[in-house]
Amino acid sequence: MRINIHGRWVLLPMVCLLVATLGLIGCNGNTSVAVGGSTTVQPLTEKWRDAYEANHEDIDVTVEGGGSTAGVAGVSDGRFDIGAISRDLKSSEKEQWPELVDHAVAYDGVAIVVHPSNPNGITDITLEEIANIFEQGSTSTWTVVSREEGSGTRETFENRVMGDMEIASSAEFQTSNGAIKQKVANTENAIGYLSLGYVDDSVQAITVDGIECAIATVQDSSYPIARILYLVTWNEPEGEIKDFIDFAKSSEGQQIVEDEGYIAII
Amino acid sequence: MHISRHFVDRVVKHIMLALATLSLLILVLIALYIFREAWPAFKELGLSVFDDKWYPSREAYGIMTMIVGTIVSTTLALFFAVPLSIGCALFLAEVAPPQVAQVARPAVELLVGIPSVVYGMVGVVFLSPIIADISGQGSGSSVLAAGIVLAIMILPTVTSISEDGLRAVPRAYKDASLALGATRWQTIWHVLLPAARSSIVAAVILGLGRAIGETMAMMMVIGNSPQFPHSIFDSARTLTGNIAAEIAHATGLHADVLWACGALLFIMVLGLNTLGILAYRGKIGLPWSRGKSAKGRVS
Amino acid sequence: MMGICGVSLPLFIVIYVIAQGLPAINWDFFTSEPAGGLSGDGGISSVIITTLWLVGATLVVTVPLGIGAAIYLAEYARDTWRTEIVRRGVELLAGIPSIVFGLFGLAIFVQVFDLGLSIISGSLTLACLLLPFMIRSTEEAMRSVPRSHREASLALGATRWQMVRSVVLPSALPGIITGIILCAGGAVAESACLYVVMGGSAEMPGTPLDGGRSLAVHIFYLINETNALDKAMATGAVLMVFVLVLNIATRFLSWQYRARVGGKK
Repeated sequence: MRINIHGRWVLLPMVCLLVATLGLIGCNGNTSVAVGGSTTVQPLTEKWRDAYEANHEDIDVTVEGGGSTAGVAGVSDGRFDIGAISRDLKSSEKEQWPELVDHAVAYDGVAIVVHPSNPNGITDITLEEIANIFEQGSTSTWTVVSREEGSGTRETFENRVMGDMEIASSAEFQTSNGAIKQKVANTENAIGYLSLGYVDDSVQAITVDGIECAIATVQDSSYPIARILYLVTWNEPEGEIKDFIDFAKSSEGQQIVEDEGYIAII
Repeated sequence: MHISRHFVDRVVKHIMLALATLSLLILVLIALYIFREAWPAFKELGLSVFDDKWYPSREAYGIMTMIVGTIVSTTLALFFAVPLSIGCALFLAEVAPPQVAQVARPAVELLVGIPSVVYGMVGVVFLSPIIADISGQGSGSSVLAAGIVLAIMILPTVTSISEDGLRAVPRAYKDASLALGATRWQTIWHVLLPAARSSIVAAVILGLGRAIGETMAMMMVIGNSPQFPHSIFDSARTLTGNIAAEIAHATGLHADVLWACGALLFIMVLGLNTLGILAYRGKIGLPWSRGKSAKGRVS
Repeated sequence: MMGICGVSLPLFIVIYVIAQGLPAINWDFFTSEPAGGLSGDGGISSVIITTLWLVGATLVVTVPLGIGAAIYLAEYARDTWRTEIVRRGVELLAGIPSIVFGLFGLAIFVQVFDLGLSIISGSLTLACLLLPFMIRSTEEAMRSVPRSHREASLALGATRWQMVRSVVLPSALPGIITGIILCAGGAVAESACLYVVMGGSAEMPGTPLDGGRSLAVHIFYLINETNALDKAMATGAVLMVFVLVLNIATRFLSWQYRARVGGKK
């Protein structure tokens, strides 16, 4: 089968036209709000985005991950309009960028999770024991799974559990909550830490000092490893950015928080 | 006013020259940027950049474990891939019946274009669990997994180029050897392979370059642990994975050290490139006139 | 023996992915967006569009630059040390790992040019990465035009540019188009630099200044963060079919070219 030389000149433009049409499917001229940062907050920002866009046809909200520190960095250099963080702003960050403003939007706990088969038979653990395991790193008993440094979840974990102790370099480091959950769910002797909002049947959360990681225990502060989730902006927010944050804090937004398994800011 | 075609000719020549130097400009810009951003890291940290400990939040920026991770995984990859590729190339060039070769050769070339994330994906889903069972430890994320994934990834590239080299050996060599009474294997071992040596070396170097530069697949199967792997079942971290995992949140000195990792990679590639040029010396024509190397991309 | 092994291993991977992925492929897969979060629900519609835009924008930049540079190197450049440096530079550029281009793209396009984490940043970064390959394949195509063609044209009094324009380029066209197609293939297969420069959002892009995921990057996120292995395999299958189609297109073009040159002339 030979395409005659003139046929070639018809085929090519048609292919280009087809591709261009397909491509233009996405095109629109909406205003956009870029949200990025913590993977803990990500399920919330994604649901907020869906609800918000449904009511505001002309605004596009884009959501990215990257970790809490990436969220702060992104707001400071303009990549993001709103940064999401799962820890408090660090004093070094407030010093370097005094224009940062945080807005609390939810509470969350950090659960200690193991594989559902729980080969080491652990159901309760003390903070000290957790710290020892993570300091020792991966051995034949435990495969230690941790987050990367930019993670607010890790920051919370290190503050409340590790203290001055360091997480071993033999731990396997992942870049998101989802990745931690995946790794722990697929590795029999794994132990890791995970945002409460992400915990489901694929992993088993163990109690810390006898206290279960749950909505009630985070709310009354009995569970020791918990934090506030924030949306961060550059200076006080205005326009659609303010609108979005207000939505997150509204009763509808807070209902979404609860539906997703996090704790609402009262 | 009639524009002289000679004028057009000269204008065009200068436009094209500008475009050609643009490539060079991009390279120079990349080199400049990398070293400019990496320099503060070396200045402030000096040789401590080559320490064992990587813990940026506690001011430890030693990348030695990553360098070792890269070297170990790529060495393993070569260990698996080189014998297999050369064997495959020999097979296609010498042993296979023409119909088989005619199908297999395009198939190999096609496989060169498979994206590396696909290899990483199969590595995580299929290979890691097997390694976890064999080693009895961990999740299967290991330098072994990394080595195997890289090996499979570079197999098509190395095979394809080696095969070209083998087929380019003049028939006269083979005929002469056989005429002198050598067996087929003696001919292959003592005549063909040495004659195709420069192609094979170039193929291996190209494969090695691709393995060193691999990022996403490595992040998936090597575990990202900034430690020295003491066994092939240990997890480790590569220079490339380090950059990809941390660049989003790194600022200041931390970011500079990541650029330093980039600088190291750049130097490694420069070194390989020089080796490649030396290997090709004496061969007629440009190194890239084969065209195959246009498809060997790293991700 | 070893030979069979060598071919069959990568082939096994291709078949494995396609086999695992096929069940998840249906019309919905292509027309719905990824639901985000952990479920891995949804399809890859936004990812496909992002990839199309990305490849389109990359080709728009890479092809003219690459062909222009190749024309210079093949037709105009004299064998001086300056030309040698340009050639060496192009070759070195070709070997630089993709993640280093990601670093560079992040610094220059995302930050200095203030294009943000966007498809445009991604395509400019890819253009830098793919330029050497475009140059190589174009130059090779041009060099394969027989000298006699050139000499005949010049003997008739054409200027160099006229010769290039009316004799060399048309003859080299199939090879050049092959190069373009290979570039598209390279763009689709890339993941590391795009992971850094385009952001990770899985939404439908509204303008080229929006970020997004290409097919390859989406696979990485699916595998890492969700347990939707079937979707990941399916995306992988789509990706490989795409590469296969591009590859077949190049072969077809080369075969056509050889038939035309061999038969008619």
